[in-house]
Amino acid sequence: MMDVKRRYVIPGDVIATGPLRPEQNVYQDGERMISTCVGISEIFENSVKVIPLTGGYMPKANDLVIGKVIGTSPLSWEFDINSCFVGFLPAQDVFGRDYSPTKDELRQRLDIGDLVATRIANFDRSRDPLLTVQDRDLGKIDSGELVTISPSKVPRLIGKRGSMIQTIEMATKAIITIGQNGWIVISCEDSEGLLKAVEAVKMIDALAHTPNLTERVKSMLGVPDGENNDTIND
Amino acid sequence: MVKTMTQLMTEDGIRCDGRRLDELRNISIKVGVLKNADGSAYIEFGKNKILAGVFGPRDVHPKHMANPDSGILRCRYHMSPFSVTERKNPAPSRREIEISKVIKEALQPAVILKDYPRTVIDVFIEVLQADGGSRCAALDAAAVALADAGIPMRDLVSACAAGKVADRIVLDVNNEEDQEGQADMPVALMPNMGKITLLQLDGMLKPEEFKTCMQTALVGCKRVYEVQRKALMEKYFQNGEQ
Repeated sequence: MMDVKRRYVIPGDVIATGPLRPEQNVYQDGERMISTCVGISEIFENSVKVIPLTGGYMPKANDLVIGKVIGTSPLSWEFDINSCFVGFLPAQDVFGRDYSPTKDELRQRLDIGDLVATRIANFDRSRDPLLTVQDRDLGKIDSGELVTISPSKVPRLIGKRGSMIQTIEMATKAIITIGQNGWIVISCEDSEGLLKAVEAVKMIDALAHTPNLTERVKSMLGVPDGENNDTIND
Repeated sequence: MVKTMTQLMTEDGIRCDGRRLDELRNISIKVGVLKNADGSAYIEFGKNKILAGVFGPRDVHPKHMANPDSGILRCRYHMSPFSVTERKNPAPSRREIEISKVIKEALQPAVILKDYPRTVIDVFIEVLQADGGSRCAALDAAAVALADAGIPMRDLVSACAAGKVADRIVLDVNNEEDQEGQADMPVALMPNMGKITLLQLDGMLKPEEFKTCMQTALVGCKRVYEVQRKALMEKYFQNGEQ
């Protein structure tokens, strides 16, 4: 097992000194590795990173995000993806290559206000994120409850190898779609299960940085210990 | 003149508000006080009461201000009409425009803007009650609000003034000392990097006095940093054990 050292940091804190590789949220100043945000620093064998506890969503290619249609242009939809950039979904992605702006009406397929599970196909500094729905489980979301959490806490909600989300899904029989942008859609046939799942997600958002969170969530959901031993400690 | 100086300080170096020469006023900072802002902080620096809110990164309006290579930082320092004894006209004054500019320039070296091209980070500072040294207090609150918003920063920015009152170098000049004293020098520091991001001087100092004044201000900045750090730690880690 690799030894990982964790510590609470704020911007400007020196996490480590030496020949290490700065990863996410770490700034290199000579030999010093400096945290650039409030979070939990992790020192690995040859790299350093900080898990942020605050901040917005920065799009990354291949991320699954949940977007809300905010507008259309003749050739594409514009999406609010809870980021400083607007996501673009080309009309051809939905209608196919023979899309014609004169023949097809974009709003018949996706109207303003619709929630859509999409994947970020491409994003770089020079242009806004390009979205796609060409994949399994992507497309318009017809039903469910939208819960918004801080994007920085999404990894905690998923847990190691999906352990946390599996625990919630099994205990509540809910289906949870997690967007990396912090937008989560929970659908469940049983209204009590839905409420419990929403409560669990909100609890993780509030207590993301505390240790033994899996145990707390389990006790809140009434899951007996030992059913899913995949605990996370950070 | 002599009469004023004796009022500002006693023979044994006790200042008009009872502080010693190297003593700061009481500082308290609360983080995340505004729900609708992405990041916020409220500071009480002596009798100064200042609120800072941060929005962004977000779309730039007007669009022509956007920079395709990096984000931009905008800052607005504003004094409420009730912040001073006589009603202040709420329209931005020459002084407020200047302070907005120097605060922006003091924060800019700390904020990593290159990760957010075509966007803006807006910092709004509202002075609810002013009592001398409000630009330093505003800067302290703004830096904490930026960290609360999750804006990537190389370091926090801590600011504190030093000055010359009754021929003595003092830390953290208050309103009376600012009005009647001989010099006021606000300094902002990135404490971990040891870099100064703001240095202004109103008044006159001899070279050796300037050096002492600078040292005094830097000590003050480091003490302010401890308060900022504690405030952020309390907000984010109060439920968890290290």
